[in-house]
Amino acid sequence: MVTLTFPTWMEPYRALATGKMSGEQWQALLRQLIWPVMGMAIFLLLWQLAAQRIDTSLGQFPGPVDVWEQAGSLIDEHQASRAKEAAFHERQEKYIASRLQQQPEWEPVYREYTGAPTFFDQIGTSLITVMSGFLLASMIAIPLGIVIGLSSTAHAAMNPLIQLFKPVSPLAWLPLVTMVVSAVYVTDDPLVAKSFLTSMFTVSLCCLWPTLMNTSVGVTSVSQDLTNVSRVLRLNALSHVRKIVLPSALPMMFTGLRLSLGIAWMVLIAAEMLAQNPGLGKFVWDEFQNGSSQSLGRIMVAVIVIGLIGFLLDRLMLMLQRALVWDKSSVQR
Amino acid sequence: MKALLELSNVGMKFDTPKGTFEALKDVNLKIDSGEFVSLIGHSGCGKSTVLNIVAGLLQATDGGVILDKHEVTEPGPERAVVFQNHSLLPWLTSFENVELAVKQVFKKTKSKAEIRDWVEHNLELVHMAHAMHKKPDEISGGMKQRVGIARALAMQPQVLLMDEPFGALDALTRAHLQDSLMEIHAQLGTTVIMITHDVDEAVLLSDRIVMMTNGPSATIGEILEVKLPRPRDRLALADDPTFVRCRQQVLQFLYEKQRKVEPLPKRESPKAEADRKRA
Repeated sequence: MVTLTFPTWMEPYRALATGKMSGEQWQALLRQLIWPVMGMAIFLLLWQLAAQRIDTSLGQFPGPVDVWEQAGSLIDEHQASRAKEAAFHERQEKYIASRLQQQPEWEPVYREYTGAPTFFDQIGTSLITVMSGFLLASMIAIPLGIVIGLSSTAHAAMNPLIQLFKPVSPLAWLPLVTMVVSAVYVTDDPLVAKSFLTSMFTVSLCCLWPTLMNTSVGVTSVSQDLTNVSRVLRLNALSHVRKIVLPSALPMMFTGLRLSLGIAWMVLIAAEMLAQNPGLGKFVWDEFQNGSSQSLGRIMVAVIVIGLIGFLLDRLMLMLQRALVWDKSSVQR
Repeated sequence: MKALLELSNVGMKFDTPKGTFEALKDVNLKIDSGEFVSLIGHSGCGKSTVLNIVAGLLQATDGGVILDKHEVTEPGPERAVVFQNHSLLPWLTSFENVELAVKQVFKKTKSKAEIRDWVEHNLELVHMAHAMHKKPDEISGGMKQRVGIARALAMQPQVLLMDEPFGALDALTRAHLQDSLMEIHAQLGTTVIMITHDVDEAVLLSDRIVMMTNGPSATIGEILEVKLPRPRDRLALADDPTFVRCRQQVLQFLYEKQRKVEPLPKRESPKAEADRKRA
């Protein structure tokens, strides 16, 4: 006979299917499925009721059903745009082929499709920008955090600056970053767009701090016993950092990285919105300016997608943390 | 024979906001090669300070320590330390913990295969070969301390320094580890300085027991030589007259001559306590 083993979280469903539910399994089913679904249902109901009572200059506030429809239409628009793009390329290929037949010496000119970016293009842009900004911030914050954690001199020198810049809103940085990027990044053949750099640097400036602070605290709180082990072994400075300090500080460092990525995502949307840089923030702003009867519904779709992506990014960091950190107890939910 | 390790007039003063606090004064001790010496005294008497000075983790403010004709100025693997709470790196397995030490000490003199063999040999010595590839979280407190001892032994130290190595363990585990330690000491002839709170442990393991007076300005009160033949067997010794007499002498020192009254519930500062004693 074959025995099938189920993952633990599936146990209640298996028991439900076979009609043998224990009290504990009921509890688990309630906790995993029924309560979350109930919460969601109550939220949707309240949303619908509230939406009916709010009239804006752009029409009634969208309820769940309107938002669902708008999500569908955004998908349709995306597919339509992709189809148009494919058709454009096909026409271009045909044209070039036929012209080359008549004029073999002609150098063909390929043009890019220039349709407006769809909702999904904007998601892609935002994701690339947020990851670039976050990586840049991490590359600065982790080494700097280690230095500050190891040297009380560096800590004393840097701490006032950190405290000063940490609470600054992205909106305050944005004009400065924009001007600096425009002034410094002057090239005829840009590798990346200026707007991308502006958004990326703004994100980096704002999400640097949690990683920096947590890394330095993690490094400072390396246990005295382990430091003594390092001293008895006469590890040199580099080995001391590599073998003792970094692994010790890793759990704290990851806590910082997770916070940073969360902030990066929030900052990015605001920066894109204010600076009219491509991305989800711009989508929201464009819809707001557009002011059609569907705009609010489409903005609501963006809100939900922004939340969902933020949640997925956090899960991603959590998975990475679980895979890399030795101290499993330090990984919170 | 000239002593392997010599502490001469070692003193330690700490600067506190209330002025200078003298923790140790005039500690003089000579230890021969292969000797097993215990330091015993009430808590706060400066035993750990003495050990940390020998380890080089603390610098004595007066006097100094000479090991094999060299003055001790910094920590080093020739004075390996077994810490009270094992101090294993939690992200490394037992094998890797010992390997880190072995690589650091023997990277120039041993080949890769020799390093691996030496790590394994030392883990076998403490009976930990079966859990070589487990991390500290996955083994018991006694096992962690065994790995800690293996790490220290693997450095081939001239002196093995043990800071209450079995203090955090239950009685049965402690007895096991004491037997292992005696076995290893007999086999390798390592010079050992061990701090302990446990009178039985001190008498069972030591060649000499160094008893320290209470601080401030703690120093060596008495030194007791334990003239029991080795190997020693804890069961047979239980009513051996020499064992019983040694035990008696240490207890008398601790609870009559250096009786320490710990005021409850509030702890007094060392200075206030000294004032009270004088009065």
